[in-house]
Amino acid sequence: MSARKIQKAPAAAVSGQPPAWLRRTILIVICGVFLVPLLAMFEFTLRQQGGGYGLEHWAALVDPENSRMYRNLVKGIGNSLLLAAITIAIVWLLFLPTIVLVHLQFPRLSRVFELLTVLPIAIPAIVLVVGLAPLYRIIVQMLGGHIWTLALAYGILVLPFAYRAIVSELEGMGAKTLVEAARSLGASWFTVLWRVIVPGVRRGLTSATLITAAVVLGEFTVSSLLNRVTMQVALVEVSKSDPYAAVITSLLSLVIVFALLFIFASIRPRGQRRLRSAAGNVSTTTAATATAAATATATQKEVGANG
Amino acid sequence: MADTTNATSAAVAQKGTPIVFENVAKAYGDTTVLHGINLSIEPGEFVALLGPSGCGKTTMLRCLAGLEQPTSGRILVGGEDVSPVPVNKRDMSVVFQAYSLFPHMTVAQNVGFGLEMRKVGKAERLSRVAEALELVGLGHTANRFAHQLSGGQQQRVALARALVTKPRALLLDEPLSALDAKVRVRLRDEIKAIQVELGITTIFVTHDQEEALAVADRVAVMRDGVIEQLGAPEDLYRRPETPFVASFIGESNKLAGVYSDGQVRLPGAVLPVLPAAISVLSEGGSAAGKTDVTAFVRPEQLRLAALPAAASNENEGLVATVVSSGFFGAHRRTIVRTDAGETITVQHGTGEQFAPEQQVKLSYSGDAVAVEAR
Repeated sequence: MSARKIQKAPAAAVSGQPPAWLRRTILIVICGVFLVPLLAMFEFTLRQQGGGYGLEHWAALVDPENSRMYRNLVKGIGNSLLLAAITIAIVWLLFLPTIVLVHLQFPRLSRVFELLTVLPIAIPAIVLVVGLAPLYRIIVQMLGGHIWTLALAYGILVLPFAYRAIVSELEGMGAKTLVEAARSLGASWFTVLWRVIVPGVRRGLTSATLITAAVVLGEFTVSSLLNRVTMQVALVEVSKSDPYAAVITSLLSLVIVFALLFIFASIRPRGQRRLRSAAGNVSTTTAATATAAATATATQKEVGANG
Repeated sequence: MADTTNATSAAVAQKGTPIVFENVAKAYGDTTVLHGINLSIEPGEFVALLGPSGCGKTTMLRCLAGLEQPTSGRILVGGEDVSPVPVNKRDMSVVFQAYSLFPHMTVAQNVGFGLEMRKVGKAERLSRVAEALELVGLGHTANRFAHQLSGGQQQRVALARALVTKPRALLLDEPLSALDAKVRVRLRDEIKAIQVELGITTIFVTHDQEEALAVADRVAVMRDGVIEQLGAPEDLYRRPETPFVASFIGESNKLAGVYSDGQVRLPGAVLPVLPAAISVLSEGGSAAGKTDVTAFVRPEQLRLAALPAAASNENEGLVATVVSSGFFGAHRRTIVRTDAGETITVQHGTGEQFAPEQQVKLSYSGDAVAVEAR
């Protein structure tokens, strides 16, 4: 008995797990930090014109009579969802193979690549737009002025997040050896990418996808200055005449993003349920926090600017 | 292990393939890591590439696997030049030092991966996967994931995965280095048993001489991108052709002596010199006349005796003082210091015991030794 006790004590110390009450407190504080603004937004949307609380602003949003007023908002939401989908496709189809290629075949380029990926964060958005504006004049001439072209700029904006998320997973999984093992077993490069790399970096890819969606849905500066109608641009417009509609839409987008995050976080392939579970939870939670923070910041900026 | 090996040997039996390295060189920029390697490996032979870090042994293996392209030279596998053949078409399986199992796949899926790539039907695949897992004694782990296995089990699965495709050659890149000592020895013996059973041509890269000597039919000792000596383990140990091999394989006392006429005069003895060492001295112009040399004397080529009795019986030998003595299970090792200040290690039976500061007489077995001009 005493021997068991002696063994348990260092095990608990090594695991570094804080006591349950501390974990619960931290969780409550974090949830509070995120929930208070959301609750405040919700409370705001329930305020009636004549005082008291009700659902009239929520009802007004789906009232067919107001469809004309909210047409631009619906269009902006549609455009943002389309842009999010295209930007996610860019991350999957362009960034992922490129990052894998650099990581495995051209490791010497990694430093240059890392530096490049920091630039979109280091350069202020307004400066980016100044550089992108003449470029977009050419793009419009060549490809037309369709909204999807904005995804090319968004690809640049999300590159730092996608790169970090994917590279950390590649390093963690020991991609080089796994790829060489798969290749020596007869796998083509495509098979290696699809059967070995993608499942291996799944968590990083999920994080990259969610952050991409959040950045695109919350992006205002580039789309506004390039005169494109996205959800955030439309929200700003609507909030001038109907701040309730803007807050309701922001609130809904946040709730949807949170729901998606928790759905993704709870789905894990069976091989990874126990594997690095703690790391996985931390990683997904970090991604969730970052994504939520990105969306919330964008939303609060708009509300703050117009409230 | 032996039972499972026998049970499945008929189903997984395969023929070895000859492998020939013809003047293979590899350079990274200005740094040349392989200098015109020539090596011929017989079908079904087990060859170990042994050497210190950076000697080029792993590069040589990777060139054979197709993971690196030689700068010049040819590699013939079964008579075919595989230089233009990509890694996934070479039909040679590699087991790496790092456990290289795909973490999102079960053990069975891992082992079946190579068969899937070869478009083997599901029924045959399942059957061969089961056979391969039985071969390595892990039939019961088919539905587990890599993280649910110990390091030794993971390497066994990697071995099964490498063997299940019946490759032309099995390439082992320090597969035991990450394992603890006991598991390493057990898995080493299992690898050898399986290799003998299947008769597959195997190349085993290691920096651990004990591993290499224990399992390989022939060992290629490498240094600075060249093969210093290729031979059977016993030849390397007993008849090293270069000072490097003499000092790298096994343990040697480096004693100062004088060479002349095929013999080396050491304090307390005159010993014959190995023919290969004489050739090297001749090439260097040091074989004629008397030459100052360093002799490589194995600890087991030396004898110790308590002084008074031994002194009366033997004329040869020299007096030394015991510094320390240690017990190593099957033998003892005693370190002595001569009057000239040289520290010498002697390996002897456990029946003889010497105390620190005890005066002893040191003598030689009389076997030929390797020497190097000083």
